Amino acid sequence: MTDISTDILVVGGGAAGLSAAAEAASCGADVLIVEGDLRLGGQLVKQTHKFFGSRDEYAGTRGYKIADILLDEIRENEGKVKALTNTTVTGYYIEDKTFTAMRGEDSCARIKARRTIVATGASERLIPFPNNDLPGVYGAGAVQTLMNVYGVTPGRRVLMVGAGNIGLIVSYQMTQAGVEVAAVVEAMPKIGGYWVHAAKIRRLGIPILLRHSVKEALGERVVEGAVIMELDDKFNPTGLERTIECDVICLAVGLSPTTEILSHAGCRMRYVPELCGSVAERDRTMRTSNPDFWSAGDAMGIEEASAAMVEGRIAGLCAADSLGLPAKMEKLDEYWARLNRLRAGEVGAKIRSGIGKVSRDEWEV
Amino acid sequence: MELIAEHPVLDLSYFKREERVWFTFDGVAMEGFKGAPIAAALHANGVRVYRETPNMKRPRGFFCAIGKCSSCFMVVDGIPNVRTCVTPLAAGMKVETQRGKGRALIAPIISE
Repeated sequence: MTDISTDILVVGGGAAGLSAAAEAASCGADVLIVEGDLRLGGQLVKQTHKFFGSRDEYAGTRGYKIADILLDEIRENEGKVKALTNTTVTGYYIEDKTFTAMRGEDSCARIKARRTIVATGASERLIPFPNNDLPGVYGAGAVQTLMNVYGVTPGRRVLMVGAGNIGLIVSYQMTQAGVEVAAVVEAMPKIGGYWVHAAKIRRLGIPILLRHSVKEALGERVVEGAVIMELDDKFNPTGLERTIECDVICLAVGLSPTTEILSHAGCRMRYVPELCGSVAERDRTMRTSNPDFWSAGDAMGIEEASAAMVEGRIAGLCAADSLGLPAKMEKLDEYWARLNRLRAGEVGAKIRSGIGKVSRDEWEV
Repeated sequence: MELIAEHPVLDLSYFKREERVWFTFDGVAMEGFKGAPIAAALHANGVRVYRETPNMKRPRGFFCAIGKCSSCFMVVDGIPNVRTCVTPLAAGMKVETQRGKGRALIAPIISE
């Protein structure tokens, strides 16, 4: 057991966490990033497509290159940021203000931090169907990890479940990796993701079957196929079914915020469907009801990486400011202007509504 | 191995396939890349079933790839319940299918 202490602990080294660490370090804070994966970068390192949004959030740059930009920025603040990879924060003990962490499978650490930024991201959802535990039923993020981080082919022929942005993008990425996509099924009557992503895979001749879902996975020891079924307006099966030959069923059916550490810290949580789960109440500085805890990114509600990066900046800036460090707090307005631009219009309506339900002007003492 | 040989966006150096090492899976020698997750190395060798559940003996394999779901627990160098999706491969590792809950090789703690 080792004991570690730091000014600012950032739990999670993805889009939000790296941005928070870079910002806090630029104010002079000593930052420790604790990341469960073998590499920093979170979901960014798996994205081969160019980002949308505005240039402030690297629109036009491919996701994996954005991770490099953030890591370079962190290195510029020499010595200010330390990172532990392959290390999972397993809990926060509020009575001792102490975190426990597990490095690899056999070593442990206790961490004390003056301030904490929770940037734990999200985990993938699963949908129920017979045999959904068979090897070959994979989360979309897992498929991305295999092929875009480690260069391993996830399968020969894949059925994609879900036509939101992740389902569409990962389908396209699979074709880049030389994997055949048999079809994309989507229970809703319309495509959830951006039209441009859908158009890319339709041009390749991949069918997007709306009002369709998986009935069951076929196979004894591993996935050998899937039965898909048509659904009516009330999501009941119409009786129309067919069998798809595939060795992978890829699930892109949504994400849930990862919030255990926030719960351990007693942060006031609220279930907000628009943000895809139970999330922490937050003020304009991304601080939670526990005055030592900030949070940013998907942990605060499922949104795009561009918003996660700005939220991370806000949390990093404000956590550093709370330590009395020279933080340029005038940047806060600029960051909010960026967030408001990202959340503008019809596509941002759901997010705006969700955030409205958990935003606080002040905390009662 | 089931590896991506060309990619329109990513340079193959991105995959950090630097050092090939040997390991065994249920006694069979296999090759993989040092430092990449054990689960990825197995997948590249065509292995899909990583463990068997305790009661219903259901096969389980790769699933979340972020160390959260417990689907890829295996016995590695005698230690059960190793999250193979986030445990780096090293030369000579002995990787085995985990049946049931696994049995730890930890000696009982004797009070002083």
